[in-house]
Amino acid sequence: MLRVIVRRLLQLVVTLIALSALIFIWLRNLPGGPVEALLGERATPERRALLIKALGYDQPILVQYGKFMQRVVTGDFGNSIRSGDPVTEVLSRAFPATIELAVAAMIIAVGLGVPLGYLAARWRGRSLDNLTIAGTLLGISIPIFFLGYLLKDFFTQNIHWFPPSGRLTTGLDNTDVTGFFVLDGLLTREFDASADALWHLILPAITLATIPLAVIVRITRASVLDVLNEDYVRTAEAKGLRNRTIRGRHILRNALLPVVTTIGLQTGALLSGAVLTEKVYNWGGIGTLITDSISGGRDYPVLQAIILLAALVFVVVNLLVDLSYAFIDPRVRVR
Amino acid sequence: MSDPITQAGTPAPRSGDDKPRPGMSERSIGLLGDRKKARLDELSRASASDRGGVSLVRDAVRRLRRNPVAIVGASIVGLFILVAIFAPLIAPHDPVQRFDELTKNLTVDTIPGASGEFPFGSDPLGRDFLSRMIYGARQTLFVGVLATLIGLALGVLIGAIAGAFGGWVDVVLMRLTDVMLALPSLLLAITLVAMASRSSQWTVIFAVAIVNVPIFARLLRGSMLAQRESDHVLAARALGVKQRNIVLRHMLPNSLTAVIVQATLTFAVAILDAAALSFLGLGDPDINRAEWGLMLGVDGQRYFEVRPELAYYPALAIIVVALGFTLLGEAMREAIDPKNRR
Repeated sequence: MLRVIVRRLLQLVVTLIALSALIFIWLRNLPGGPVEALLGERATPERRALLIKALGYDQPILVQYGKFMQRVVTGDFGNSIRSGDPVTEVLSRAFPATIELAVAAMIIAVGLGVPLGYLAARWRGRSLDNLTIAGTLLGISIPIFFLGYLLKDFFTQNIHWFPPSGRLTTGLDNTDVTGFFVLDGLLTREFDASADALWHLILPAITLATIPLAVIVRITRASVLDVLNEDYVRTAEAKGLRNRTIRGRHILRNALLPVVTTIGLQTGALLSGAVLTEKVYNWGGIGTLITDSISGGRDYPVLQAIILLAALVFVVVNLLVDLSYAFIDPRVRVR
Repeated sequence: MSDPITQAGTPAPRSGDDKPRPGMSERSIGLLGDRKKARLDELSRASASDRGGVSLVRDAVRRLRRNPVAIVGASIVGLFILVAIFAPLIAPHDPVQRFDELTKNLTVDTIPGASGEFPFGSDPLGRDFLSRMIYGARQTLFVGVLATLIGLALGVLIGAIAGAFGGWVDVVLMRLTDVMLALPSLLLAITLVAMASRSSQWTVIFAVAIVNVPIFARLLRGSMLAQRESDHVLAARALGVKQRNIVLRHMLPNSLTAVIVQATLTFAVAILDAAALSFLGLGDPDINRAEWGLMLGVDGQRYFEVRPELAYYPALAIIVVALGFTLLGEAMREAIDPKNRR
């Protein structure tokens, strides 16, 4: 087990280093790269040369990359071109917002998706099954930013159930501890802040959850259908075990492995979807940051850090998913 | 399940070491060659007649025709393509012309709705919205098809090289796809667009295409690797067929069905991704271009409060077309899956 973890960690590091090198070299070699972004297009050649020297862009690319990695390892991603703040500071403000949104969406997707997929499989061919399948097809075909606008329009304009945008009601006094507002409120016992944050969170989370929900329902359904036909399920039934035991221990537990894999893979979809959802609900996270970093002049240091961070999250989540197999399926442990 | 040809794609268990020795070819068999050739001819004739009713593709098509899901999907896709082709004949007006009777009613918070001559009303610039929707089918098809084809071509190339050579080539290429897969798809597309100095229709197509490259590459490689060990490739190698011909004639055609199915599904994702890029302000800046994703992502978003139809119609069109391609793709996947053969 330990050897597997070490090997996977090494692979993870190699992937990230390769990615960072690709992005680094790519960004440096582009017309309209960081220098133009800093000075604008009409800068004098002298000023440009000065800045190029100051930033170290006159050195060989490998030396530049080495220096960049040296700083990255110490947690220094440089400064944002737009605001001048350190990139790590900019990211640490935005990152918890996105994680909070993504986790909430995942809770909805898994909490709803696994039971729905299970029920659809058990009542295969009945109306619940057909309705679920139709719903999942619609879920993956609808542009989620459009769904976001529909939900926002209905729930905030027609019936005033939820607030239209932001993470907290303005003027509400909350203490920032972790940056996860719902959690912060609980930690500092400011329960009104927690409730308010949760109230803001629901609509964006539902929007973001649609695609993972659709995918999880489909995978769960297919996986349960596979298991239902297995001999050991028939054996368990023949032994006269209680239905609850058969369903929990024999069917669901065996059907869960592909579902867990899917949950890991959906992290990517969640991060993609977050970019769109955040724009709809004006949610100040990574998604907002990335669109701002592109449209307001290319803010390369920030972009670079976001890309690496997103890849890191995706790879780490999938590593954890692979490791969790051992807990769900004892057969994996033996191998 | 009796036809050996249809099972060629799955690796069969073999006993003993029967790898072909280098240098061994048909010619070295000498006199025996003639008899062997006659026997091979006989075999091929037998299998050719056998193939008639139950070839994998034909069998799949037969099952598709009976599947209502496939019929619905194919109808939507067919209708969409027809509208795209005959857009100039169907559309009542020029999609880029600004009409005086529409522009004179445009204000900050009113956009003229349906009227006799303009059944869908106006777009924010006083152009006929219905004509733009109809021409939109054409542009959407263009973006979707090109993005899918470019992604497919690059992916197939990488996958085929990796699958054909194996070894370190495979390792290097697959690490590359791993790196690409480690990035969330939309983020990768955004990065690619951001890296171009100016965005255009082509940056969008290219970005959406690149996102799909690793998927096609992985798919093809998996299928090719499985075939490397299979009997029909071994037979070809034993007959002295050149490596290049084995890859191109014997392995690639067997992998293509899966790739085509994936391409059908990819098309749906491609038009959704293109719409998402437009929504983020990274789309095609050409204001004359009528493409559904662009119409939904730019005007639909900006004027949602003023005239939501500007979002509803393109969104509905995208949803229906994406659904059509998804249904068709899923039905095709089910049809070629050996588990479902009956």
